[in-house]
This record gives sequence, structure tokens and C-alpha cells, in this order.
Amino acid sequence: MTLYEGKAGASYRVEGVFVEEAVTRRLQALGINDGTWVKILGRRKKGAMIIQVRGTRLALGRHISSCIEIREGLEG
Amino acid sequence: MRGKREIKVAFVGNPNCGKTTLFNAVTGSRLKVANWPGVTVEKKEGYASYEDCGLTIVDTPGIYSLTCYTIEEKVTRQCVMDDEIDAIVNVVDASSLERNLYLTLQLLELGKPVVLALNMMDIVEERGMEIDLHRLPEMLGGIPVVSVSAARRTGLGILLHAVVHHYEEGPAGNILTYGEEIESRIAKLEVMMQARFPDHSSVRWHAIKLLEYDEDVREEHPISVINVVDRSYEKDIIQKKYAYIEKIIKEVLFHKEKKAAFTDRIDSVLTHPIWGVPVFLLIMCFVFFLTFMVGDFLKAGFETVLSFVAAEAAGALKFINCAPWLVSLVVDGIIAGVGGILTFIPNIVILFLALAVLEDSGYMSRVAYVMDGIMGKAGLSGKAFLPMILGFGCTVPAIMATRALETEYDRRKTMLITPFMSCSARLPIYVLFSGMFFPRHSSAVAFSMYVVGMLVAILTALAVHGLEKGKVNDSLLIELPEYKRPNARTIGIYVWTKLKDYLEKAGTTIFIASIIIWFVLNFGIHGMVENPADSFGAAIGRGLVPVLAPAGLGMWQIVVALISGISAKEVVVSSFAVLFGVVNANSATGMETIVSSIHAQNPGFGPVNAYALMIFCLLYVPCAATIATVKKESGSWKFTVKMVLFQLLLAWMAAVIVYQAGSLFFV
Repeated sequence: MTLYEGKAGASYRVEGVFVEEAVTRRLQALGINDGTWVKILGRRKKGAMIIQVRGTRLALGRHISSCIEIREGLEG
Repeated sequence: MRGKREIKVAFVGNPNCGKTTLFNAVTGSRLKVANWPGVTVEKKEGYASYEDCGLTIVDTPGIYSLTCYTIEEKVTRQCVMDDEIDAIVNVVDASSLERNLYLTLQLLELGKPVVLALNMMDIVEERGMEIDLHRLPEMLGGIPVVSVSAARRTGLGILLHAVVHHYEEGPAGNILTYGEEIESRIAKLEVMMQARFPDHSSVRWHAIKLLEYDEDVREEHPISVINVVDRSYEKDIIQKKYAYIEKIIKEVLFHKEKKAAFTDRIDSVLTHPIWGVPVFLLIMCFVFFLTFMVGDFLKAGFETVLSFVAAEAAGALKFINCAPWLVSLVVDGIIAGVGGILTFIPNIVILFLALAVLEDSGYMSRVAYVMDGIMGKAGLSGKAFLPMILGFGCTVPAIMATRALETEYDRRKTMLITPFMSCSARLPIYVLFSGMFFPRHSSAVAFSMYVVGMLVAILTALAVHGLEKGKVNDSLLIELPEYKRPNARTIGIYVWTKLKDYLEKAGTTIFIASIIIWFVLNFGIHGMVENPADSFGAAIGRGLVPVLAPAGLGMWQIVVALISGISAKEVVVSSFAVLFGVVNANSATGMETIVSSIHAQNPGFGPVNAYALMIFCLLYVPCAATIATVKKESGSWKFTVKMVLFQLLLAWMAAVIVYQAGSLFFV
């Protein structure tokens, strides 16, 4: 599933990032890589979401969140 | 005797980590700071000294990484790579250590001396987190780690001591190895680099960048690496770095789960999926309520001073037998034009105070998230809303802030609509005309200008988007900082800078414009004239009266005021003051004089005309400084001219519609 399909309040493990080259690199620099845990803090129904990753909060638009492949599971 | 040593230090760090605040604290300078990314877009220099050492300090734009994909990254990377930089101070937001350390690891690979300034330790403590300050430097190769608080100005001396001391010590060794596959390639590349560029200072960093397929490094160092670099190892290298950071965090950071609670609670209201937008509008409503109501309450003091100064100046000039024209120039021209503008200082200060609090608290980047849905439909990311809000203060920095946007297309579109966000220079016009023609609802009428401005901006973006059949923009990517209590010093610097700009503008642009207006209105082809109706100004104004007549603005005086308003929007008010010989346009008597003078010319001029005038002032050509900035930032005269023509046409159409429709309903 993609991050866009995720639920507010849940944590997910990133399985892959498939956005445009430039955005991918930026996400990587922000610490979103394969295996990183992200938590969805809040989201709008069909729009942007706020995630927590590596102790930082990021707002991600729908395009980006739907290009991040994730897996459900428990952190740790 | 030994001369004074001079070293050059670069402040480098993530966006929003407090670099600029620290820079201001260390150098005593007063750069603008805001709690959202993209404020510093150019490098800036300052000076400090410690013991016998002089330090030139360079503040760089905030970056997450030493790659070169954005303007900020390019500027910063060029700066730190420069041989003139002797040492790097890596400013780190201790409250989000994990992400900040990624840049740190890259900086360490450069091989230059690095000092880590752990900023915002006070926030870390407030949240009950703890950082092991003994273990952290050990894991970073023994570089000095200094706790500072830029806001409270603590730890600054220790930081400078570490910089001066560490500069002599030289760089730390390698702390991170990438495993056999990558390290063997780095080793080969290092040998090749050294053979080709014997004096190179940061060979390992360049070798790593070659492995990452970094375009700039490949261009600058055209060595044949095909045998070694069989693919891009960028992803592997990033993951190794983050793996090492995870190890550091595990060993040095304690109680990290505690910190989020406070921000989460506030965010549950401010970024609520449904209430987010109404809450934002309420906040802005409150800001303008403060600006108009409280500001008006405070202005009485300024009025007393101004009328006193005018009376004294006139008396003194007459006493020393000045020519009547000179008395007129000083009293009716300069004091009326410049002095009238100064009485709006309370409104302006309150507006900037409120904007500064919003910026410093961390709310602004939330606005980007909250507005992302609406902006996305107009083909812009929510990030484009940040320059727009800045436009409530002044359009010039707002246009410059569009640099933080990703594409040139987004930038231009944002530049096109940002001038519709009503800037503080337009505020005196609203205060004056809503006060004169809507005495009972003046604040509401003035506030409506801000709402209309925002609507026009968004509708324009929607229209452009529709015409170009663009795609919905949903690529928002922005960091949301933790909320913090606004810092008094930061806000003080911000408001003072803005007030200084305002005073400078009053002393230069508005001063000169007032003299020119006085001249144009007091001289005609036959020399000095008794009746302004015979002046040059009247002649020019009359030529354009037919154009503005459908908008209910067919008076030559208004035409003159609007034309002169292009120099700076406040000058519209100055012009009315000079035109009607009013010393303080912003006082009750001043307003009465202007209204009766307008009525003497045009008895039918009522609230509908006044509203049309305000709408025109809101939308028409931005001031000369904004036009120049748009030209500079867009690099295109064609775009700039098109923008100006569009705004003129739009202002005219909107004013005509308001006047014609308003006349039907209200007369």
C-alpha cells in the first residue's frame, strides 16, 4: 500500500520511494529511506498529510504520499 | 609583535535551526529571522572578535544536504567549499537532532574544521529530553560540541573559543566507514583525485560525491571513473549515514518520546482537517482587528505632536522672513506629505508585531499545510501561500521569498498574485478613506480590503490555472517546526527593522514625492499659481479623468494621487494632504477638510466612490520598488510589463464594477 492510503495515528515502514528524482533525493536527505518508520500525525481526506519521521514533522502533498510505498507493522 | 589573526567562519545548518538568530547574537547584526524555511536566501557576512582573533562570519541559507538541487544548497555548498572558509560552525537544532546530524556527517567528510553548535538546548530541557554531551562528540570524531541558546544569548563565548581553538587544531578523522564495496571504490578514487589534483583539500568528500553521481563535482573534476563508478551509490551512502545516525541517537538521546505532546496538542486544533482554514481566517481577522482598532486608539498622541510641529515650523519660518513659497513648500508640501504618513506608525507597528509573533511561533508553515488544498486547485503548492502572507507586511520581501518555491513557473505565478495581498503601505489609504466615508464601520470596511485582496489573488491563480489547463498541484513538501514561545528579542529586531524601513521610506521616497507633488500642484506654465486647478498637475490629471470617470473617480486630484502613488502607496495619502492643504490627513479635522474639499469639487462623491477608490488602490500597479523587484527576480521585462498591465486593467475593471453596481443599490 502507499502512504497516501495510510490512517492518521498509525505507524508504517517505508518500502520504497518512487517520486521524481529531485524529490526522491530531498526525501532521502530528510531521512525517508527504505526501512524508515513514519507515523501519520494528521491528514486531510483527499489531500496533504502531516507525518513524523526521525523526530521531525513534515507536511506531504498527495502526490508525494501516494508515491511512497509502505508496509504496516509494529515499530521496533 | 604578532598581528591580529583573521579567520573566516561559515555558519551552516538545516533550515529553521536558528542559524540567523545565532548569527545576529554573535555579530550583533540585525538580520531578519522567521520560524519557517527559506528566509535566508543569500549568504550574509558579519564580524566578531575573540581574544586576539578577528572572525568574519558568513551566514548561509539553510540546507538539509550538501547536494546541489536547490538554489539554497548551491549557494551554501559553494560557500563552504570556498578555500577562504577556515572553519565551519554547524548549527544544529538539538530538539530534532536526528535529522540535523545528516548534514553534520556530510560536513565532517569535507575535512575542514567543524564545530557543532547545539542550539535550542533550552527547548530540549523544557521537554524533558536529555542529550549525552560527553558521548556525542566522541561519536562525531572528537569535534567540539558546544551548547548554545541563540535566543537567550548563552554559550556564545564558549562557541567562539571553540572555533578559534579548534581552527588551530585542524580537522577530525573519518568517523564513518561505508563497508568494503564502497570504501574500496573511495580509496581508488582518492588516489585518482590526488594524482590529478595534488593540492586538493577534501579528497574523500569529492570521491564520495563522484560515487553519488553528483553532477557539479563530475563537471569540475573530469577524471575518467567508469572503471570504478559502475553505478550511483547515492542511496547506499545515504542509508549508511542514517544507520550511523540511528546508532548515535540510541546512545546520546534520552526520553525522546516526551517532546511531541505539546506541539501535537496545538496542531490538533490549528491543522484540523475541517477547522484549519476557519481558524486561520479567524487569526488573520484578529491580527487586523488589533491593527485597526488598537492602532487608531494610539494614534492620538502622534496627531498632537504633528500639529504642534507644523504650527511651530510655520511660525518659525515666517519669523525669519522666509519667502511665502518656501513656507508653503515646508508646511504644505513636506510636513503634510511626510508627517501625515508618520501618524500611521502605531497601526504599522502593531501589524508587524502580530506577523512577527505568528512567524516566530512556528504557525506560518502550518498555514502552508492548511491552505494546500485550496492552493493546489489553483495549481500552486501550499508553500506559495507563505510569500503571500509576507505580502501583508511588504510586497518587496514577499516577492523575494518566492525563491523558496521549487519551479520557475510556480515562482512567476506567485509573483503575479502576491501584490494583491494588501501591504502595509496601502493601510493608510484604507484608514483614511474608510474613516472619512464609513465612520461607523471603518474597521470592517478596511478589513474587507484584505479579504478582497486574498480572494482576487486566489481567483487570479485559479483563472490562470484554468486558462492553461494545468494539473492540480499536490507536491507539497515542507517541514513543520515544533511550536515555541516567541522570542522577544527576535520579534523586537523584526519590528524595529520594519519600522526603520518605514521611516527611511518616509524620509526618502515619500519626502521627495511630496516635494514633487507640491511643485506639480503649485506651478503651471505661467509660473507659481494661486489656484491648483491651473497647475501642471491639474493639466495631467484632467487628461485621464475620462478613463476613471466610469469608476466614479473622475476627478483630476484623484488621478494625480493615484499616479504619484506608484512611487509608494502611502503617497496616495500624502497627495491628498498636499492637494487639499491638510497638515494631518489622519486627524478628525484633516479628514473633514478633505471630505469638504472633495465635495466642493464633486458633490456626489460618497461611500460608493470611496470604496471604488480603495479597491483601485488595492489592485492597481504595485509600487516602483515592487516592480523593480519583480523584474530582478523574474529576470524578464516582458513578464514584468505584462504583470503591470494586467494589474492596471484588473483594478480599473473591479473599480468600475464596484462603482456601477454600488450606485444601483445604494443611491
